[in-house]
Amino acid sequence: MARSQSAALDRKKLMADPVMVGTIVVLITFLTLFILYPLAILLVDSFYGDGGPTFDIFRRVLDMPTFRRAITNTLKVGFLVGILSAAVGLLFAYVEVYVKVGRAVGGLFKVVSMLPVVSPPFVLSLSMIMLFGKAGLITRFLLHIYDNSVYGFWGIVIVQTLTFFPVCYMMLKGLLKNIDPSLEEAARDMGAGRMRVFTSVTLPLLLPGLGNAFLVTFIESIADFANPMIIGGSYDTLATTIYLQITGAYDKQGAAAMAVVLLTITLLMFAVQKYYLEAKTAATLTGKASRGRMLIEDKSVTRPLTALCSLAAAFVIIMYLCVPIGALFPTWGYKFTPLTFKWFQQVFTRYKGFKAFRDSFVLSLISAPITALLSMIISYLVVKRKFKGKGFIEAVSMLAMAVPGTVLGVGYIRGFSGGVFHTGFLQGIYGSAAILIIVFVVRSLPTGTRSGISALRQIDKSIEESAYDMGADSFKVFMTVTLPLIKDSFLSGLVTAFVRSITAISAIILLVTPQFLLITVQINEFAEKGSYSIACAFATILILITYGAVLLMNLFIRFFGTSRQIKEDM
Amino acid sequence: MSKIKKGVKLDHISKIYQDPKTGKDFYAVKDVSLDIEPGSFVTLLGPSGCGKTTTLRMIAGFESPDEGEIYLGEEAINALTPNKRDTAMVFQSYALLPHYNVFDNVAYGLKLRKVPKDEIRERVMRILDLVELSGMEGRMTNQLSGGQQQRVALARALVIEPGVLLFDEPLSNLDAKLRVSMRTEIRRIQQEVGITAIYVTHDQSEAMALSDNIIIMNQGVIAQMGSPREVYYQPNSEFVADFIGEANFLKGVMTGMEGDHAILEIEGSKTPVQPKEGMTVGETYTAVLRPESAALADTGGLPCKVVLSCFMGSYQNYHVMVGDTLVKLTDYNPKNKRIYDVGETCSLVFDPAYVHIL
Repeated sequence: MARSQSAALDRKKLMADPVMVGTIVVLITFLTLFILYPLAILLVDSFYGDGGPTFDIFRRVLDMPTFRRAITNTLKVGFLVGILSAAVGLLFAYVEVYVKVGRAVGGLFKVVSMLPVVSPPFVLSLSMIMLFGKAGLITRFLLHIYDNSVYGFWGIVIVQTLTFFPVCYMMLKGLLKNIDPSLEEAARDMGAGRMRVFTSVTLPLLLPGLGNAFLVTFIESIADFANPMIIGGSYDTLATTIYLQITGAYDKQGAAAMAVVLLTITLLMFAVQKYYLEAKTAATLTGKASRGRMLIEDKSVTRPLTALCSLAAAFVIIMYLCVPIGALFPTWGYKFTPLTFKWFQQVFTRYKGFKAFRDSFVLSLISAPITALLSMIISYLVVKRKFKGKGFIEAVSMLAMAVPGTVLGVGYIRGFSGGVFHTGFLQGIYGSAAILIIVFVVRSLPTGTRSGISALRQIDKSIEESAYDMGADSFKVFMTVTLPLIKDSFLSGLVTAFVRSITAISAIILLVTPQFLLITVQINEFAEKGSYSIACAFATILILITYGAVLLMNLFIRFFGTSRQIKEDM
Repeated sequence: MSKIKKGVKLDHISKIYQDPKTGKDFYAVKDVSLDIEPGSFVTLLGPSGCGKTTTLRMIAGFESPDEGEIYLGEEAINALTPNKRDTAMVFQSYALLPHYNVFDNVAYGLKLRKVPKDEIRERVMRILDLVELSGMEGRMTNQLSGGQQQRVALARALVIEPGVLLFDEPLSNLDAKLRVSMRTEIRRIQQEVGITAIYVTHDQSEAMALSDNIIIMNQGVIAQMGSPREVYYQPNSEFVADFIGEANFLKGVMTGMEGDHAILEIEGSKTPVQPKEGMTVGETYTAVLRPESAALADTGGLPCKVVLSCFMGSYQNYHVMVGDTLVKLTDYNPKNKRIYDVGETCSLVFDPAYVHIL
C-alpha cells in the first residue's frame, strides 16, 4: 500500500496555489531565522570553543558559585511561586464559580485579572519597595519598622505570585466551569459533606489542571527578568545572572552557556506541561457542564471566603494604585504633600520622556499588526490546512512560548551581531529598529497563535471548504471567510501584541542601542538607581497607554466585531 | 437553465488512510469504478465508515486518491484543487458563511467568477425563487430555520451552474418530517435543472426516494449498484439485502426442479422458489424473503410458530419461528384478517416469485 499518489497530488494542488506556497516559505524562513537559529547558535557557541567541540565553557560557568547559586535560587523561587499562584488562583476561581458573591466582589475579581495584563512587568516590584521597603509607606510610616528589607527571596516570591496568580485564576476558572455539577450533587446525595465533596470529587478532577497551572507559573517565574532585577537585590536568578554576565562581565560565550541551561529547564517544564498535563486535563474535564450550578449560599462558607478574596484583591489593587500615587508625591518616603505633577513634567523635560514614549509606541505599533496577522496565518495553516512543514510551523511557534526572553536576547546577540553564522550576512539589522520589531513579534507570537488556534477550532471546517469549493483560492478563503470570522480574535491579538511589546523588557534590554529609548528600559534604569518617583511617573503613563489601547479594542469589537448572534450560531 | 451536464467517471479509485490508533494503513476506499451518466441522480449509500463520504470528497477535490483517476466529463481532474473543479457541494452542516446574508451567500461563487453585478442579481433571484426563498435575501443565515438554511446551501451550489452537484448527507441535521419534504424538493429541483447529482447518505429511504441509481458501499468497496428496484428485489448479498429494507434469510438445500421452480428444503420442509441461473442440486442456498412478501395461513407453505404478534395500525407485525429460523412479517391492512396469536402454530406462505435466491 503506497500513499505516494495522494501525496504527489496534494503537492501538485498546493503548488497550484502560489500565494499559499509563498506564505509557507516566508513563514518557515522567518521562524527558522528568528526563533530556531538564535537558539541553535547558543548551542553551537557554548559547545564549540576555539579548538573544536568542547565542554570547557560549560565546565567554566558551572564552576562559578554565582551561577550555581542562581540555578538553585531560580528553582526555589519558581517552585514556591508556582505553588502559591496555583493556590491563590484556585481560591479565586473556586469562589467565583461556586460561591454566591456580591456584584462588587465580582467586579473586584475582574479588575484583578485585568491588571497584570495592562501593566508593565515590574510595577508590583516598584510598589512593593515603596510600600514595604526601608522607606516604605506601610513599614516605616504605619508600623514604624525602619530596617525592613524587601529585597531578596521573599520579595521576588510575593511580587511574582501577585503578578502570576491571575493567570492561574483564569485557567482554573475555565476548568471549574466545565465540571458537571451533577457529579458533585451525586456525591452530596450519597451523603458527602461539602468539604468531602471538594476533596473527593472537585479536587481530584481538577488535579491535572492544578498541575498545569503550577507549571505554567513555574515557567513564567523562572523566565521573569524584570522583577528579580528590581527587587532581587543580591539574590540573583538565572535571568538576571545571564544579563549581568553580558552587560557586566562582557562574557558572551559564558552567557550563551548559561542561557542553554535556562532554556533546557524551561523546555523540560514546557514539554511536561504541554504533552502530559494538558492532555490529562482535557481527558478529565472534557465537555460542557450540563446545566447551571447551585451556588453555595451558606453564610458560614461564603463570608470567610468572600472576605479572604476581597482582602487579597484589595491588596493587589492597592499595590497597583501605589504607582500612580507614588508619582504624585513630592518625595517618596519623606514628603507627601502637596501632591505635585513635577515628576511627570520631569519625565518630559529632563529625561527625554517624549522620545522614549515615541520610540516605544512606534516600534510596538509597527510590530503589533505584523504579529496579529502572522499569528492568524499560522493558526489558519495549523488548524485548517494539510501540508508538509505544518508540523514544523506548529512546533516552532509553540517552542517560542517556552523560550525565556533573556535566552532569546542572548541568542540574538550571538546570532546577529556578527551576521548570520558570523558571516556578516544580515549584520545590518543588529542594533537597528528592525531587530527590535522582530523581537517584539517573536515574543508575542505564541500568545496570538494560541488564541487564534482556539478561535479557529470553533469554526466548522466545512465553512471554509464550502468557500473553497465555490471557487475561492486559499488567499480569498482566508480574506473573505476566515479573517472576518475571527475578527475579534484578530483585534484582541492586535492589542495584546501591542501591550506585550510596549511593556516588554527581558529580551529587548539586551538588544536595544542608545539610538532608541524604550520606556521599560528607562523605568528599569530609574528603579535601579532608586529614583522611584520618576520610575513611577514613567510607569503610570505607560499603564495609561496600555489601558487606553485595551479600552479602544473593546470599543472596536463592540462596534465592528463579529456580532454576538453569529457567534452563538457557530 | 442552460448548462452542459457532465458525467463523472471513477477509474479504479482507492484511498488509503492511516489508523490513528494502530498506525497501520488501511483502504478507506478500494478499487471503486463508477460511470455516472450526465443528468442522473446517483446515491452513495452505506453504513458509516464505508467510504462513501471519502469518495465524494475525492470527487470534490478535498481528498486526493491514492490509486486511479477521476474524470469530470472528459477531463481528468485528479490534480485540480477544489476551487478549479466544476463541482459544487452541499454540506452536511450547510456551511453557510455566517457573516453574510442570504443574498451574499448565494452570490459568493458568482462574485468569485467576476460575473457582472446585474447578472449576479438576476441569477441569484431566479435561484432563490426556485428554492422558494424569494423575499428572504436580506436575512442573515442565523435567522433562518434548518430547512431554509438547507435551501440556501442548495441555491448557492446551483447558482454557479456546476457540472456536478455533490451532496454530503445534507438532510441529516433536519427533523424527520422536514427531511421527507426536503428530499422531494431536492429531487424536484434536480429534475427541473437537469443537473448531474451525486448524493451521499446512510438513510436507505432517502436513497430510494431520490435516486436513479443507488451505489451501496461497504468497507470501502462497492457492494452493489443498480436502480432502487434492482437493489431491493435482487440484492446480491446478505449485506445489501439487509441494508436496503428489512430481509429474512432462509437457508435451504436445493433438492430439484419442479416446472419453472427450484425446490429448496428449508428447515425440513420443501418449498418452491424462483430459481437463479446455475443452481445445482445438493447445494445450500440462501433465499431472501421481504417481510411484506409473505403471509400466515392455517395450512400449506412452511410450518411455523408465532412468537410475537403486535398490532401497529397499518399492519400487524409478526415474528415466527420456522424451525430455528426467525422470520419477521408485516401483514398490511389487517382489519378484516385473521390475526394469529403468540404460541399458535400455522403456516408461512409466499409466492415463489417473491423470493430472491442469493
